[in-house]
Amino acid sequence: MYSASDLRKGLKVVIDRDPYVVTFFEFSKPGKGQALYRTKLRNMITGLTLDRTFREGDTFEPASLEERPMQYLYKEGSHYHFMDNQTYEQIIINEESLAESKNFLIENLNVKVLLFRDKPIGVDLPNFVNLRVIKTELWVKGDTSKADYKPATVETGYELRIPPFVGEGELITIDTRTGEYSTRVKE
Amino acid sequence: MGYGKDARFVKGLSRWSQGLYIFSPRPLTQTETGFVALAFRPFPSFVPIPRSPGMGDETVIINSSIKNWSLVRRKTALRQRAKILQAIRDCFVGQGFWEVETPHRIPAPAPESYIDAVPSGSWFLHPSPELCMKRMLAAGYEKIFQICRCWREGERGSQHIPEFTLLEWYHSGVDYSTLMEECAVLIQTVATRVGLGERIIFCDQPIDLTTPWEKIPLRKAFLEYAKTPMEEALKDGSFDELMVRDIEPRLGKKKPTFVFDYPAERGALARLKIEDRTLAERFELYMGGLELANGFSELADPEEQRRRFDRENENRRAMGKPVYVIPERFLEELGEMPPSAGIALGIDRLVMIFLDARSIDEVVAFTPEEL
Repeated sequence: MYSASDLRKGLKVVIDRDPYVVTFFEFSKPGKGQALYRTKLRNMITGLTLDRTFREGDTFEPASLEERPMQYLYKEGSHYHFMDNQTYEQIIINEESLAESKNFLIENLNVKVLLFRDKPIGVDLPNFVNLRVIKTELWVKGDTSKADYKPATVETGYELRIPPFVGEGELITIDTRTGEYSTRVKE
Repeated sequence: MGYGKDARFVKGLSRWSQGLYIFSPRPLTQTETGFVALAFRPFPSFVPIPRSPGMGDETVIINSSIKNWSLVRRKTALRQRAKILQAIRDCFVGQGFWEVETPHRIPAPAPESYIDAVPSGSWFLHPSPELCMKRMLAAGYEKIFQICRCWREGERGSQHIPEFTLLEWYHSGVDYSTLMEECAVLIQTVATRVGLGERIIFCDQPIDLTTPWEKIPLRKAFLEYAKTPMEEALKDGSFDELMVRDIEPRLGKKKPTFVFDYPAERGALARLKIEDRTLAERFELYMGGLELANGFSELADPEEQRRRFDRENENRRAMGKPVYVIPERFLEELGEMPPSAGIALGIDRLVMIFLDARSIDEVVAFTPEEL
């Protein structure tokens, strides 16, 4: 059982018997008032998103999803192909179900495919993945207004902000839970 | 990295090497050969850095080869934070306030329904220095301020961190309306001293710091922004939701806003209004939708204070939270406290507003997750 204070981005809970994943989370507490946990939740089956505010003392059932270790193979249109590491069986998950996870899928990545009533509805990623920067600005441009971070695109097409010293072609570690730059990988 | 003839104005130049990055308040230009021209004399196109204002000619040197990038990149913000703290201290000392220090570890925090203290052995880390500072008022200290670390369990988000820095000041012989004026003067003065001037940008919104600031009774804010009477919201339990969803985001947009006269039950240590006993003489300051400070005319009646602590403890018990021991010494001395007012201002949030930071993580050296 989870309590409201366990809420965070990526947590999977059951609401009205459906599995939901927290896609946005913000803690609020108006002066001397009670803690409020504002969330956006995505229904992992229908893909629909709902806004919910929870209070201290609210509890949730964790979404008990079957996890199967699989490897990401390739993408075909909006279909992502995975292979079961034990049975070599291949499955397809569509882009909508993957949501933000698709940003971090790189060929041969080991993930956990999540199944709800035998239907694959998403993946659990490792907390950190390494991706190559394919596009970013040269840092010394005199644009001191955004001096601390600059935009970049990695090989999956995902866009994020990275430190100025990281150049194109370099490998970086991204925290998949926040989608943020973590460190540069020395090769 | 190459440098032009003006580079001799920069201190520590001999330590420069490849891989060193600098954050300069002046535009940098790149020559065709790939060298960087550093112009430390004013350019005609000079624009101040919005996210690190007030740096003047100071250049913060950032070394990119250091692994802890999250800490390295906060260097400019933490430099600014230090300046803001210094300006606050100067401002208080100039107004005849004394800086005081009270223990961080206390046996009995003030029982309040929604403030949870962090246990430390059989005692607690203080959630605010309020009780000890009021005991000082009672002992005849008239104008005191403190900048200290405070702890509140379970408070973590982009505007909250469980260990945070609070500025509290207390002033004998004044009430909450004087405190609002003092607060406005303080923030205005500090903004000027750190080089921000009278207009700041926070979350893409310009905020005009010139006084008078906006003042709105909370009751009116409820009617205007939440379209619900405040009393009704209290009764049906939607008070906090409406505050967060409908009211707070609209406060302090063009000018900082004081919201005042809170429901009596939302001011466990505040004096009630003589003309309306359902309201407490309490205010909150908002800038750009962010709650920055909370102040009130202090309740100085020990018996009434005891009843309120008991009621707060009952609420806590009903919610299944730990009940706190009544701070007896505080109550004993409270009767000797002259009419006073006190205020708590979140330093981390003030720095956020001044530096236009979106998250509290950007203005502290370490978050708990980084330890």
